[in-house]
Amino acid sequence: MAYFYYPGCSLKGTGASYEKSLLAVFAALDIPMQELPDWNCCGATSYMSIDEKVALAMAARNLAIAEENGRDIIAPCSACYMVLRKTQKYIKEYAHIRESILTALKQAGLTYRGDSVRIRHPLDVLITDVGVDEIRKRVRRPLNGVRVFPYYGCLIVRPKNGFDHATYPTSMDVLLEALGCEVIDHPLKTKCCGGSLTGTLEEVGMRLVYILLKEAKKRGSHAIATVCPLCQFNLDAYQEKVQKMYSESFAIPVMYVTQLLGYALGAQHTHLGLEQHIIPVQEVFEMVR
Amino acid sequence: MASKNGDIPRIGVYVCHCGTNIGGQVNVPEVVAFARTLPNVVVAREYKYMCSDPGQMLIKEDIQKLNINRVVVASCSPHLHEHTFRKATLEGGRNPFLFHMANIREHVSWVTQDPEKATEKAKAIVEAAVYRIQFHEPLESKHVPVHPDVLIVGGGIAGITAALTLADAGKTVYLIERESSIGGHMAKFDKTFPTLDCASCILTPKMTTVKDHPNIHLMTYAEVLEVDGYVGNFRVKVKKKPRYVIEDRCIGCYVCIEHCVYKTPKHPSEFDEGIGLRKPIYIPFPQAVPLVAVIDPETCIEFKSGRCPKKCQKACREIVGRDAIDFTQKEEILEIQVGAVIIATGFQIFDPSRIPEYGYGRYPNVYTSLEVERLVNASGPTGGAIVLRDGRKPQSVAIIHCVGSRDRNYNPWCSRVCCMYSLKLAHLVRERTGAEVYNCYIDMRTPGKGYEEFYEKLLHEGVHFIRGKVAEVTDWTINPEEAGKLVIRVEDSLIGVVRRIPVDMVILSVGLEPRSDAEELRRLFHISCSAEGWFLERHPKLAPVSTYTDGVYIAGACQGPKDIPDAVAQAGAAAGEVLSLVDRGVIELEPNIAVIDARRCSGCHVCIALCPFSAIAFHAEENVARINEALCKGCGVCVGACPSRAISQQLFKDEQILAEIEGLLMVD
Repeated sequence: MAYFYYPGCSLKGTGASYEKSLLAVFAALDIPMQELPDWNCCGATSYMSIDEKVALAMAARNLAIAEENGRDIIAPCSACYMVLRKTQKYIKEYAHIRESILTALKQAGLTYRGDSVRIRHPLDVLITDVGVDEIRKRVRRPLNGVRVFPYYGCLIVRPKNGFDHATYPTSMDVLLEALGCEVIDHPLKTKCCGGSLTGTLEEVGMRLVYILLKEAKKRGSHAIATVCPLCQFNLDAYQEKVQKMYSESFAIPVMYVTQLLGYALGAQHTHLGLEQHIIPVQEVFEMVR
Repeated sequence: MASKNGDIPRIGVYVCHCGTNIGGQVNVPEVVAFARTLPNVVVAREYKYMCSDPGQMLIKEDIQKLNINRVVVASCSPHLHEHTFRKATLEGGRNPFLFHMANIREHVSWVTQDPEKATEKAKAIVEAAVYRIQFHEPLESKHVPVHPDVLIVGGGIAGITAALTLADAGKTVYLIERESSIGGHMAKFDKTFPTLDCASCILTPKMTTVKDHPNIHLMTYAEVLEVDGYVGNFRVKVKKKPRYVIEDRCIGCYVCIEHCVYKTPKHPSEFDEGIGLRKPIYIPFPQAVPLVAVIDPETCIEFKSGRCPKKCQKACREIVGRDAIDFTQKEEILEIQVGAVIIATGFQIFDPSRIPEYGYGRYPNVYTSLEVERLVNASGPTGGAIVLRDGRKPQSVAIIHCVGSRDRNYNPWCSRVCCMYSLKLAHLVRERTGAEVYNCYIDMRTPGKGYEEFYEKLLHEGVHFIRGKVAEVTDWTINPEEAGKLVIRVEDSLIGVVRRIPVDMVILSVGLEPRSDAEELRRLFHISCSAEGWFLERHPKLAPVSTYTDGVYIAGACQGPKDIPDAVAQAGAAAGEVLSLVDRGVIELEPNIAVIDARRCSGCHVCIALCPFSAIAFHAEENVARINEALCKGCGVCVGACPSRAISQQLFKDEQILAEIEGLLMVD
C-alpha cells in the first residue's frame, strides 16, 4: 500500500530529525511513501481558535488533494494528525461546515467527496499495516537493555483514534518491546507536556515538563520516546531551565520513536538526525547490552 | 361468502380506543364506519376500553342477540389481551378460536406519527383481520399434565430462597449449582447493609436447611447441559463435574487438605477472590454446603504428572477411614424431569482492569470491592484484618464509586448496590482501622428502607465524601507527602477544584454485569435477554419474574442488578408463580399444531427428518407420516417443507394467511 506523507511545518523545522528518521524507517521497511504534493499548513491548534471556518478549509485542501489521488495520509505530527481528523469529522457530520468548505475548495478548483481518505498516524501504520511480528523479524541491531519511557502526549489519543486506548495507549510500548527495549510502564503516557504554555505561561509549562522529566528519571529511564515534535522540543529544550527552577539535575535524551526504530532496523546513523538534539542521544545506544 | 365449514360468517368488529393510546392517534369512528362496509361484517362498534367488563359484554351480547359467529377486536397486542377476548367469545357461546385480534396500538398508534396515516393503517389491519377470520374454524385446546417437580438453576441467595419455599410446600426441588458450594456472592460478604448484620449468620442456616431438606436434591459442581420439552414437561440433562472426592463419604474433616503434598497453600483461592490461597485439594470456605473437599485438576500434581504420592488419599483412608478420594471419578450426566424452572444465576462483577487509568492489576493496593469483602470477613484470608498487600495497616483509603457503571464507555446502567456497599465498606474500614476514608461518588443513590438513614449515619462518622468522578489512580507525585502512596486525582465538583488525595489503599466499587455465559443459558432455556444481557422478564412491572417461555421463571440479579432484599423478594415471587402452575396440575396448550392430510401424504419422510421435536413418525402400513399432537410445538418447519403440501398448521393455514395479506392490500 502506498501512502502520502504529510510533513506539516514541524517536520520541516524543529522536528527535522523526526522526518529524517521516519523516512529512514519506512525505507527500511520497504513501504512506499510520497510527500503529499503541494501541501499546505494544517493550521495547527492556534488558527482553529482564531477563525475555525478558514482553518478547516485550509486543512481540507490537503484532504482534497489526497482524495484526488486515492491514498491514505500519514500525519506524523500530533497537531496535524488531530487537525486533519477533526476536519474530516466536521465535514462528515455538520452540513453547514461541509457546505462552506466545499465552496472554498471550489475556488481552488478542488472538491472533497467524503471520508475515503484515511488519516493515519505512523504508529497506526506500523502496528496495523506492517505488524509487530514483521518489525521484530527485521530488527538487525536489537536495543536490549535500553530502558525507554514511552510518552505519547495528549493529541494522538483524544478524541479516540481507533487504534489505541485513549488514556493508556500501548502501541509504542509494543513496538519498543519488539526492538528489545525494556519498556517502562508508567501512568503519564498521555499527560500534557506543557504544549505552547512553555512559551506563554512559563511557570505552568515548566511545571508540566518538570513532572514528566522527574518521573522519567525516578523510573530509571535511559531515554524518553516521543511521537510529537512539540513534546520532543519541550522535554528536550527546557531541561536546563527546569533544572534551575526545581534544583534537580536532568540529562535525559528525548528521542523520536522512529530514531530508535531506525537504529534497530539498521539504518545509517546519519539518516536518523541523531545529532540534532539538545541533550545528546548517542549514549542511549551505549546502554545496549 | 360461506366459510369452509359451511356456516355463513357473521362478523362482529370491535375497535378499542384504549383511552387515548389508540383514540388519540387513530380516528376510531372512521375505522368503525369502514369496518361496516367490509364483507360479512354484521356489526362494528367502538368502545373506550374493550378489555373492561362492559367492553367484553358488547361481544357476548352481540353473539347472543345478533348471532355473531366471528369476532375481531382491534386493540393492543395479543400478548396482553388475546386470552381476555377468547374467553369473552367462549362465554358468549362461540368457540374461542373464532376470534382474531388486530393490533392497532403497538403496530399503529404508538409507532405512527401522522394521524391520517395511522387511521389508514388501522383500517388495513382491520380489513386483514376480517378477511382472515372468515377462514377460522373451531379448535380444541390441548390439555397436558404438569410435572410437579421443579428445577432451580443457581444456588445463591435467590435460588436458595426459592428452593426452600417450594420444598416447604411439599414440592420436589432440584437445585443445581455450578460451584462446589452453594451460597453465591452473599457467602463472600462480611456484613450486609444497612443493618450491618452478619451475612453468613443469616445465610448459613438457610444453606444447611437446603442440605438437610428431604424435598431438595442438591447438585453442586453441576451445570445444565440440555433442555428439552415445554411448560409442565421439561426434560433436563445435568452434567455433574467430577470433584474427585466421593460426596457421600467425605465428612469435611480437612485431614486430606492437611496432608496434601503442598505444605502451604500456593494457589489463588477463587472464593477469596485471589486474596487468599488454597491447596489443590480444598474446601472453599468453612461453612461450605456441602462440606465436601474438591480437587482442582489444573493444580493437582497427580493430574499434572501422575507421580504424586497421593498423601491426601492415604490420609483419608488410613486416618479417617473413609476412603473418599477417587482420582478416577468421571463426569456424570443425569436426566431429570420437571414441570417448571427458576433461573437464578446471578451476576458477575465488572472487571476494572478494563479501565487502565484506575491501575487495577498494576498497583497492588488497588482492590475490587469484592476483594475487600473477603479482607474484612472474619473467615477470610486475613481473619478480618484490613491490611495492605505488604501487611501494613492502611492509614488512608479511597473508595471510588461507579466503576464501570453509569459510564458510556463501559456499562451505562446504575448497578444499584454500589453506593450502599461502599458506605458499608467505608464504615467497616473506618471502624476497624481508624483510617481516613474518602468516598468519591458521582451521585449518592440510596433508595431503600433504612438506606438514606445509613448514609446520614456515615456522614456523621467522619468519612469524607467528595462528589466527583475520579480521573485516575496514579503513583506520580508532586510532593514528599505523596511519596510511596497512591494518588487519587478527582475534581471535587461541589467546590470546583481538582484535588489530589494521597492514600494507602484504593477500593474500586465495581458494578454488576450479566454473567459472560448468560447467552448460552438463554439459548438453552429459550428465554430472551435485554440488550445489556440481563434475562428479560415478561413484563417489567406486572410479570417481573416470568419470561416469554411458559414455565421458565427468573429471580435475582440475573434479571438486573439487585440487592439481597430484592433478590429474596423475587425468589419468593418466582416460587409463588411456580406453585400456581404446578398446583393447577394441568395446562392448556395453544392448538396451533401441524396436521397431516393423509390423503395427500406421499410418505416421503422429509418432515420426519426436519422436525426438531421428533414429533413425526412414519406409519408403514398406510405409507403416511403422522404427527404426535402432544409433542408438536407448532414451529411450522414441516409445513413449509412438505413437497405435497399435505401439512397445514392450525391458526396459520395457507388460506388464513393469504386472506390476511389480501385484506392488507385491499386498502389503498
